[in-house]
Amino acid sequence: MSCDLTRLALHGYFDGELSAASNADFKRHLEHCSDCVLELATQNVVRDSLQRARLYDFGPDSLKQRVRAHLRSGVRTAASTQRLIWGWVAAAAAFLVVAFLVWRVVPNVHDDDDYQVGLAAGIVDAHVRSLQPGHLTNVDSADQHTVKAWFDGKVDFVFPIRDFTNDGFSLLGGRLDIVQGRTVAVLAYARSGHVVNVFIWSTREPEESARAGARRGYQWVAWQKDNMEFCAVSDAAPAELEQLHRLFAG
Amino acid sequence: MSDLDPEDGLRFERLVLPHVDAAFNFARWLLRSRADAEDVAQEALLRACRFFRGFQGGDARAWLLQIVRNTCYSWLEKNRPREPTVEFDEELHRQPVATPESIAIAVEGRERLTRALETLPPRYRELLVLRELEGCSYKEIAAITSIPLGTVMSSLSRARRQLHCALVNSGCREAIA
Repeated sequence: MSCDLTRLALHGYFDGELSAASNADFKRHLEHCSDCVLELATQNVVRDSLQRARLYDFGPDSLKQRVRAHLRSGVRTAASTQRLIWGWVAAAAAFLVVAFLVWRVVPNVHDDDDYQVGLAAGIVDAHVRSLQPGHLTNVDSADQHTVKAWFDGKVDFVFPIRDFTNDGFSLLGGRLDIVQGRTVAVLAYARSGHVVNVFIWSTREPEESARAGARRGYQWVAWQKDNMEFCAVSDAAPAELEQLHRLFAG
Repeated sequence: MSDLDPEDGLRFERLVLPHVDAAFNFARWLLRSRADAEDVAQEALLRACRFFRGFQGGDARAWLLQIVRNTCYSWLEKNRPREPTVEFDEELHRQPVATPESIAIAVEGRERLTRALETLPPRYRELLVLRELEGCSYKEIAAITSIPLGTVMSSLSRARRQLHCALVNSGCREAIA
Protein backbone atom coordinates (compact mmCIF):
# COMPACT_ATOMS: atom_id res chain seq x y z
CA MET A 1 0.00 0.00 0.00
CA SER A 2 1.56 3.22 -1.06
CA CYS A 3 0.16 5.41 1.65
CA ASP A 4 1.73 4.90 5.05
CA LEU A 5 -1.12 6.57 6.82
CA THR A 6 -3.49 3.98 5.38
CA ARG A 7 -1.94 1.26 7.43
CA LEU A 8 -2.68 2.80 10.74
CA ALA A 9 -4.55 6.01 11.19
CA LEU A 10 -7.21 4.84 8.77
CA HIS A 11 -8.28 2.12 11.16
CA GLY A 12 -8.39 4.47 14.10
CA TYR A 13 -10.45 6.83 12.01
CA PHE A 14 -12.71 4.03 10.80
CA ASP A 15 -13.27 2.89 14.39
CA GLY A 16 -13.78 6.39 15.77
CA GLU A 17 -10.77 5.96 18.04
CA LEU A 18 -8.62 8.91 16.94
CA SER A 19 -8.21 11.99 19.08
CA ALA A 20 -10.07 15.04 17.80
CA ALA A 21 -6.84 16.51 16.42
CA SER A 22 -5.73 13.33 14.63
CA ASN A 23 -9.24 12.90 13.31
CA ALA A 24 -9.17 16.34 11.74
CA ASP A 25 -5.69 15.61 10.32
CA PHE A 26 -6.89 12.41 8.77
CA LYS A 27 -9.97 14.07 7.29
CA ARG A 28 -7.70 16.60 5.60
CA HIS A 29 -5.50 13.78 4.39
CA LEU A 30 -8.53 12.08 2.84
CA GLU A 31 -9.20 15.10 0.68
CA HIS A 32 -6.18 14.37 -1.45
CA CYS A 33 -5.39 10.68 -0.95
CA SER A 34 -7.38 8.46 -3.25
CA ASP A 35 -5.70 5.34 -1.80
CA CYS A 36 -7.14 6.03 1.61
CA VAL A 37 -10.56 6.92 0.23
CA LEU A 38 -10.64 3.61 -1.60
CA GLU A 39 -9.40 1.67 1.40
CA LEU A 40 -12.01 3.30 3.61
CA ALA A 41 -14.75 2.39 1.15
CA THR A 42 -13.51 -1.21 1.17
CA GLN A 43 -13.56 -1.30 4.96
CA ASN A 44 -17.10 0.02 4.92
CA VAL A 45 -18.29 -2.66 2.52
CA VAL A 46 -16.85 -5.38 4.74
CA ARG A 47 -18.23 -3.91 7.93
CA ASP A 48 -21.69 -3.51 6.42
CA SER A 49 -21.76 -7.09 5.26
CA LEU A 50 -20.48 -8.35 8.62
CA GLN A 51 -23.36 -6.49 10.24
CA ARG A 52 -25.92 -7.69 7.74
CA ALA A 53 -24.82 -11.31 7.92
CA ARG A 54 -25.81 -11.47 11.61
CA LEU A 55 -22.78 -13.43 12.62
CA TYR A 56 -23.34 -12.77 16.31
CA ASP A 57 -24.12 -16.11 17.84
CA PHE A 58 -26.43 -15.88 20.82
CA GLY A 59 -25.95 -18.67 23.27
CA PRO A 60 -28.70 -21.16 23.97
CA ASP A 61 -31.03 -20.23 26.82
CA SER A 62 -30.05 -23.45 28.55
CA LEU A 63 -26.57 -22.00 29.17
CA LYS A 64 -27.96 -19.04 31.06
CA GLN A 65 -30.32 -21.28 33.00
CA ARG A 66 -27.49 -23.58 34.03
CA VAL A 67 -25.34 -20.73 35.26
CA ARG A 68 -28.27 -19.28 37.14
CA ALA A 69 -29.03 -22.64 38.68
CA HIS A 70 -25.41 -22.89 39.73
CA LEU A 71 -25.60 -19.49 41.40
CA ARG A 72 -28.83 -20.27 43.20
CA SER A 73 -27.73 -23.65 44.42
CA GLY A 74 -24.81 -22.03 46.22
CA VAL A 75 -22.64 -25.02 45.47
CA ARG A 76 -19.07 -25.16 46.52
CA THR A 77 -17.39 -26.03 43.27
CA ALA A 78 -14.58 -28.06 44.74
CA ALA A 79 -15.92 -31.42 45.83
CA SER A 80 -19.63 -31.54 46.33
CA THR A 81 -20.60 -33.16 43.06
CA GLN A 82 -23.54 -34.66 44.85
CA ARG A 83 -25.05 -31.26 45.49
CA LEU A 84 -24.17 -30.18 42.00
CA ILE A 85 -26.13 -33.09 40.60
CA TRP A 86 -29.09 -32.28 42.84
CA GLY A 87 -28.80 -28.68 41.67
CA TRP A 88 -29.09 -29.87 38.11
CA VAL A 89 -32.00 -32.13 38.93
CA ALA A 90 -33.78 -29.27 40.67
CA ALA A 91 -33.08 -26.95 37.76
CA ALA A 92 -34.29 -29.56 35.29
CA ALA A 93 -37.43 -30.18 37.35
CA ALA A 94 -38.10 -26.46 37.64
CA PHE A 95 -37.52 -26.13 33.94
CA LEU A 96 -39.96 -28.94 33.20
CA VAL A 97 -42.62 -27.39 35.42
CA VAL A 98 -42.18 -24.02 33.76
CA ALA A 99 -42.10 -25.60 30.31
CA PHE A 100 -45.29 -27.51 31.09
CA LEU A 101 -47.05 -24.39 32.36
CA VAL A 102 -45.90 -22.39 29.40
CA TRP A 103 -47.00 -25.10 27.02
CA ARG A 104 -50.40 -25.47 28.69
CA VAL A 105 -51.16 -21.91 29.54
CA VAL A 106 -49.65 -19.79 26.83
CA PRO A 107 -49.65 -21.51 23.49
CA ASN A 108 -46.92 -20.45 21.08
CA VAL A 109 -44.99 -18.65 23.71
CA HIS A 110 -41.89 -20.50 22.61
CA ASP A 111 -42.17 -18.99 19.16
CA ASP A 112 -42.59 -15.65 20.82
CA ASP A 113 -39.36 -16.12 22.73
CA ASP A 114 -37.44 -16.94 19.58
CA TYR A 115 -39.13 -14.03 17.93
CA GLN A 116 -38.10 -11.78 20.74
CA VAL A 117 -34.47 -12.85 20.76
CA GLY A 118 -34.33 -12.27 17.02
CA LEU A 119 -36.16 -9.01 17.33
CA ALA A 120 -33.86 -7.66 20.04
CA ALA A 121 -30.87 -8.64 17.92
CA GLY A 122 -32.41 -6.96 14.87
CA ILE A 123 -33.13 -3.80 16.81
CA VAL A 124 -29.67 -3.61 18.32
CA ASP A 125 -28.21 -4.13 14.82
CA ALA A 126 -30.36 -1.31 13.50
CA HIS A 127 -29.30 0.87 16.43
CA VAL A 128 -25.62 0.22 15.71
CA ARG A 129 -26.12 0.95 12.01
CA SER A 130 -27.80 4.22 12.87
CA LEU A 131 -24.71 5.36 14.77
CA GLN A 132 -22.67 5.43 11.56
CA PRO A 133 -22.21 8.98 10.36
CA GLY A 134 -25.27 10.28 8.54
CA HIS A 135 -27.50 7.32 9.34
CA LEU A 136 -29.27 8.53 12.46
CA THR A 137 -32.11 10.57 11.01
CA ASN A 138 -33.98 11.13 7.76
CA VAL A 139 -35.62 14.18 9.22
CA ASP A 140 -33.48 16.30 11.41
CA SER A 141 -35.56 18.36 13.78
CA ALA A 142 -36.35 18.90 17.40
CA ASP A 143 -39.78 20.18 16.42
CA GLN A 144 -42.38 17.46 16.86
CA HIS A 145 -44.65 18.90 14.17
CA THR A 146 -41.91 18.86 11.56
CA VAL A 147 -41.06 15.28 12.42
CA LYS A 148 -44.73 14.29 12.41
CA ALA A 149 -45.27 15.89 9.00
CA TRP A 150 -42.32 13.93 7.65
CA PHE A 151 -43.75 10.61 8.83
CA ASP A 152 -47.19 11.35 7.35
CA GLY A 153 -47.97 8.82 4.65
CA LYS A 154 -44.79 6.85 5.31
CA VAL A 155 -46.16 4.56 8.00
CA ASP A 156 -49.68 3.25 8.40
CA PHE A 157 -50.12 4.05 12.05
CA VAL A 158 -50.16 7.17 14.16
CA PHE A 159 -47.78 7.39 17.05
CA PRO A 160 -46.89 10.05 19.61
CA ILE A 161 -43.94 12.27 18.72
CA ARG A 162 -42.73 14.31 21.64
CA ASP A 163 -39.65 16.17 22.62
CA PHE A 164 -38.63 15.55 26.27
CA THR A 165 -35.84 18.08 26.49
CA ASN A 166 -37.10 19.23 29.89
CA ASP A 167 -36.69 15.71 31.16
CA GLY A 168 -33.27 15.28 29.60
CA PHE A 169 -34.19 13.54 26.33
CA SER A 170 -33.84 15.88 23.38
CA LEU A 171 -35.55 14.89 20.16
CA LEU A 172 -33.01 14.74 17.33
CA GLY A 173 -35.38 13.66 14.58
CA GLY A 174 -36.85 10.57 12.99
CA ARG A 175 -36.19 8.00 10.31
CA LEU A 176 -37.57 4.88 8.77
CA ASP A 177 -35.66 1.70 9.43
CA ILE A 178 -36.08 -1.93 8.58
CA VAL A 179 -36.03 -4.52 11.33
CA GLN A 180 -36.52 -8.15 10.38
CA GLY A 181 -37.99 -7.18 7.06
CA ARG A 182 -40.54 -4.86 8.62
CA THR A 183 -40.57 -1.09 8.15
CA VAL A 184 -40.51 0.66 11.49
CA ALA A 185 -40.60 4.27 12.56
CA VAL A 186 -37.70 5.44 14.69
CA LEU A 187 -37.37 8.50 16.89
CA ALA A 188 -33.84 9.45 17.88
CA TYR A 189 -33.11 11.20 21.17
CA ALA A 190 -29.95 12.56 22.74
CA ARG A 191 -29.44 11.79 26.39
CA SER A 192 -26.32 13.31 27.97
CA GLY A 193 -23.99 12.15 25.25
CA HIS A 194 -25.81 8.91 24.45
CA VAL A 195 -28.05 8.31 21.48
CA VAL A 196 -31.35 6.62 22.25
CA ASN A 197 -33.38 5.15 19.40
CA VAL A 198 -37.05 4.40 19.96
CA PHE A 199 -38.37 1.89 17.43
CA ILE A 200 -42.13 1.94 16.90
CA TRP A 201 -44.39 -0.31 14.89
CA SER A 202 -48.01 -1.37 14.97
CA THR A 203 -48.93 -4.67 16.52
CA ARG A 204 -52.01 -6.79 17.05
CA GLU A 205 -50.47 -8.78 19.85
CA PRO A 206 -52.30 -8.60 23.17
CA GLU A 207 -50.69 -6.12 25.47
CA GLU A 208 -48.11 -7.47 27.88
CA SER A 209 -45.92 -5.89 30.49
CA ALA A 210 -42.68 -4.12 29.62
CA ARG A 211 -39.59 -6.22 29.00
CA ALA A 212 -35.94 -5.27 29.10
CA GLY A 213 -32.65 -6.83 28.22
CA ALA A 214 -29.14 -6.28 26.95
CA ARG A 215 -27.47 -7.28 23.70
CA ARG A 216 -23.87 -6.69 22.82
CA GLY A 217 -23.58 -4.12 25.55
CA TYR A 218 -26.68 -2.18 24.50
CA GLN A 219 -29.71 -1.98 26.73
CA TRP A 220 -33.25 -2.25 25.45
CA VAL A 221 -36.67 -1.75 26.97
CA ALA A 222 -39.79 -2.77 25.07
CA TRP A 223 -43.39 -1.98 25.87
CA GLN A 224 -46.78 -1.84 24.19
CA LYS A 225 -49.36 0.88 24.09
CA ASP A 226 -52.43 1.52 21.94
CA ASN A 227 -51.71 -1.37 19.57
CA MET A 228 -48.17 -0.21 19.05
CA GLU A 229 -44.94 -1.79 20.09
CA PHE A 230 -42.12 0.47 21.34
CA CYS A 231 -38.53 -0.53 21.85
CA ALA A 232 -35.97 1.94 23.19
CA VAL A 233 -32.32 1.00 22.82
CA SER A 234 -29.12 2.72 23.87
CA ASP A 235 -25.82 2.34 25.64
CA ALA A 236 -27.22 4.56 28.39
CA ALA A 237 -27.99 3.02 31.78
CA PRO A 238 -31.12 0.82 32.00
CA ALA A 239 -32.67 3.25 34.50
CA GLU A 240 -32.51 6.02 31.91
CA LEU A 241 -34.33 3.91 29.34
CA GLU A 242 -36.90 3.14 32.00
CA GLN A 243 -37.35 6.86 32.52
CA LEU A 244 -37.96 7.36 28.81
CA HIS A 245 -40.46 4.52 28.88
CA ARG A 246 -42.36 6.31 31.66
CA LEU A 247 -42.28 9.57 29.71
CA PHE A 248 -43.82 7.82 26.72
CA ALA A 249 -46.40 6.13 28.90
CA GLY A 250 -47.33 9.31 30.72
CA MET B 1 -13.85 -22.60 49.22
CA SER B 2 -17.34 -21.36 48.68
CA ASP B 3 -18.48 -19.74 45.49
CA LEU B 4 -20.33 -16.60 46.43
CA ASP B 5 -22.34 -15.38 49.34
CA PRO B 6 -25.91 -14.33 48.52
CA GLU B 7 -25.00 -10.68 48.17
CA ASP B 8 -22.18 -11.38 45.71
CA GLY B 9 -24.47 -13.82 43.96
CA LEU B 10 -26.96 -11.04 43.27
CA ARG B 11 -24.19 -8.74 42.17
CA PHE B 12 -22.91 -11.42 39.83
CA GLU B 13 -26.40 -11.85 38.37
CA ARG B 14 -26.73 -8.14 37.83
CA LEU B 15 -23.25 -7.44 36.44
CA VAL B 16 -22.07 -10.59 34.74
CA LEU B 17 -25.11 -12.58 33.63
CA PRO B 18 -26.19 -9.96 31.06
CA HIS B 19 -22.99 -10.86 29.21
CA VAL B 20 -23.61 -14.59 28.84
CA ASP B 21 -24.41 -14.04 25.15
CA ALA B 22 -21.13 -12.21 24.67
CA ALA B 23 -19.27 -15.02 26.43
CA PHE B 24 -20.90 -17.62 24.22
CA ASN B 25 -20.39 -15.68 21.01
CA PHE B 26 -16.73 -15.07 21.77
CA ALA B 27 -16.12 -18.73 22.63
CA ARG B 28 -18.01 -19.87 19.57
CA TRP B 29 -15.75 -17.84 17.27
CA LEU B 30 -12.55 -18.77 19.07
CA LEU B 31 -13.41 -22.48 19.01
CA ARG B 32 -15.36 -22.48 15.74
CA SER B 33 -17.96 -24.79 17.22
CA ARG B 34 -21.22 -24.13 19.00
CA ALA B 35 -21.14 -27.39 20.93
CA ASP B 36 -17.63 -26.79 22.29
CA ALA B 37 -18.47 -23.14 22.92
CA GLU B 38 -21.37 -24.13 25.13
CA ASP B 39 -19.12 -26.25 27.35
CA VAL B 40 -16.23 -23.84 27.43
CA ALA B 41 -18.40 -20.75 27.97
CA GLN B 42 -20.05 -22.52 30.88
CA GLU B 43 -16.70 -23.45 32.34
CA ALA B 44 -15.57 -19.84 31.97
CA LEU B 45 -18.72 -18.57 33.68
CA LEU B 46 -18.22 -20.93 36.60
CA ARG B 47 -14.64 -19.74 36.84
CA ALA B 48 -15.90 -16.17 36.78
CA CYS B 49 -18.13 -17.08 39.74
CA ARG B 50 -15.13 -18.34 41.60
CA PHE B 51 -12.99 -15.31 40.81
CA PHE B 52 -15.80 -12.81 41.25
CA ARG B 53 -14.61 -11.61 44.66
CA GLY B 54 -11.46 -10.40 42.97
CA PHE B 55 -13.47 -8.31 40.50
CA GLN B 56 -12.92 -4.72 41.51
CA GLY B 57 -15.79 -3.28 39.52
CA GLY B 58 -15.52 -1.57 36.19
CA ASP B 59 -16.18 -3.18 32.84
CA ALA B 60 -17.79 -6.54 33.68
CA ARG B 61 -18.05 -7.59 30.05
CA ALA B 62 -14.33 -7.09 29.43
CA TRP B 63 -13.55 -8.87 32.69
CA LEU B 64 -15.70 -11.85 31.72
CA LEU B 65 -14.43 -12.01 28.14
CA GLN B 66 -10.88 -12.07 29.42
CA ILE B 67 -11.73 -15.19 31.43
CA VAL B 68 -13.54 -16.70 28.44
CA ARG B 69 -10.50 -16.08 26.28
CA ASN B 70 -8.10 -17.71 28.73
CA THR B 71 -10.41 -20.67 29.12
CA CYS B 72 -10.70 -21.03 25.35
CA TYR B 73 -6.97 -20.93 24.73
CA SER B 74 -6.31 -23.48 27.48
CA TRP B 75 -8.98 -25.67 25.97
CA LEU B 76 -7.53 -25.32 22.47
CA GLU B 77 -4.05 -26.19 23.72
CA LYS B 78 -5.35 -29.31 25.37
CA ASN B 79 -7.86 -30.47 22.79
CA ARG B 80 -6.52 -29.21 19.50
CA PRO B 81 -2.79 -28.87 20.00
CA ARG B 82 -2.16 -28.99 16.29
CA GLU B 83 -4.31 -26.05 15.44
CA PRO B 84 -2.05 -23.27 14.25
CA THR B 85 -2.25 -20.10 16.26
CA VAL B 86 0.80 -18.67 14.50
CA GLU B 87 0.55 -15.55 12.46
CA PHE B 88 0.25 -15.51 8.71
CA ASP B 89 3.40 -14.84 6.77
CA GLU B 90 2.62 -11.33 5.69
CA GLU B 91 4.88 -11.41 2.67
CA LEU B 92 3.63 -14.75 1.46
CA HIS B 93 0.05 -13.61 1.75
CA ARG B 94 0.56 -10.15 0.43
CA GLN B 95 -2.39 -9.59 -1.80
CA PRO B 96 -3.30 -7.25 -4.55
CA VAL B 97 -5.25 -4.48 -2.85
CA ALA B 98 -8.92 -5.34 -2.47
CA THR B 99 -11.17 -2.70 -3.99
CA PRO B 100 -14.72 -1.92 -2.91
CA GLU B 101 -15.96 -3.71 -6.03
CA SER B 102 -13.88 -6.86 -5.66
CA ILE B 103 -14.70 -7.09 -1.97
CA ALA B 104 -18.41 -6.43 -2.51
CA ILE B 105 -18.64 -9.66 -4.50
CA ALA B 106 -16.57 -11.58 -1.99
CA VAL B 107 -18.56 -10.61 1.10
CA GLU B 108 -21.94 -11.75 -0.17
CA GLY B 109 -23.45 -14.36 2.08
CA ARG B 110 -23.21 -15.34 5.68
CA GLU B 111 -21.47 -18.64 5.00
CA ARG B 112 -18.69 -17.13 3.03
CA LEU B 113 -18.03 -14.56 5.74
CA THR B 114 -18.13 -17.25 8.40
CA ARG B 115 -15.66 -19.39 6.51
CA ALA B 116 -13.32 -16.48 5.87
CA LEU B 117 -13.34 -15.50 9.55
CA GLU B 118 -12.75 -19.09 10.58
CA THR B 119 -9.70 -19.49 8.37
CA LEU B 120 -7.93 -16.66 10.18
CA PRO B 121 -5.57 -17.49 13.02
CA PRO B 122 -7.42 -17.05 16.34
CA ARG B 123 -5.24 -14.09 17.31
CA TYR B 124 -6.63 -12.17 14.37
CA ARG B 125 -10.10 -13.65 14.50
CA GLU B 126 -10.61 -12.57 18.09
CA LEU B 127 -9.81 -8.97 17.27
CA LEU B 128 -12.39 -8.86 14.49
CA VAL B 129 -15.03 -10.58 16.61
CA LEU B 130 -14.45 -8.19 19.51
CA ARG B 131 -14.47 -5.11 17.32
CA GLU B 132 -17.07 -5.90 14.66
CA LEU B 133 -19.47 -8.23 16.44
CA GLU B 134 -19.09 -7.26 20.06
CA GLY B 135 -18.50 -3.57 19.36
CA CYS B 136 -15.62 -3.29 21.85
CA SER B 137 -13.53 -0.15 22.07
CA TYR B 138 -9.75 -0.36 21.65
CA LYS B 139 -9.42 0.01 25.38
CA GLU B 140 -11.68 -2.97 26.00
CA ILE B 141 -9.91 -5.02 23.35
CA ALA B 142 -6.59 -4.27 25.03
CA ALA B 143 -8.01 -5.34 28.40
CA ILE B 144 -9.48 -8.56 27.04
CA THR B 145 -6.59 -9.71 24.89
CA SER B 146 -3.69 -8.24 26.91
CA ILE B 147 -2.39 -6.53 23.77
CA PRO B 148 -0.91 -3.14 24.66
CA LEU B 149 -3.43 -0.41 23.89
CA GLY B 150 -0.97 1.25 21.54
CA THR B 151 -0.84 -1.75 19.24
CA VAL B 152 -4.55 -2.58 19.03
CA MET B 153 -4.94 -0.37 15.97
CA SER B 154 -2.06 -1.93 14.04
CA SER B 155 -3.14 -5.44 15.02
CA LEU B 156 -6.66 -4.72 13.83
CA SER B 157 -5.29 -3.35 10.61
CA ARG B 158 -3.41 -6.63 10.04
CA ALA B 159 -6.44 -8.69 10.99
CA ARG B 160 -8.61 -6.82 8.52
CA ARG B 161 -6.07 -7.26 5.77
CA GLN B 162 -6.07 -11.00 6.47
CA LEU B 163 -9.84 -11.10 6.37
CA HIS B 164 -9.96 -9.29 3.04
CA CYS B 165 -7.34 -11.64 1.74
CA ALA B 166 -9.29 -14.70 2.91
CA LEU B 167 -12.48 -13.31 1.39
CA VAL B 168 -10.99 -12.51 -1.96
CA ASN B 169 -9.16 -15.84 -2.08
CA SER B 170 -12.25 -17.88 -1.38
CA GLY B 171 -14.07 -15.81 -3.97
CA CYS B 172 -11.44 -16.72 -6.54
CA ARG B 173 -11.50 -20.36 -5.62
CA GLU B 174 -15.26 -20.51 -5.90
CA ALA B 175 -15.26 -18.71 -9.20
CA ILE B 176 -12.85 -21.29 -10.59
CA ALA B 177 -14.71 -24.23 -9.12
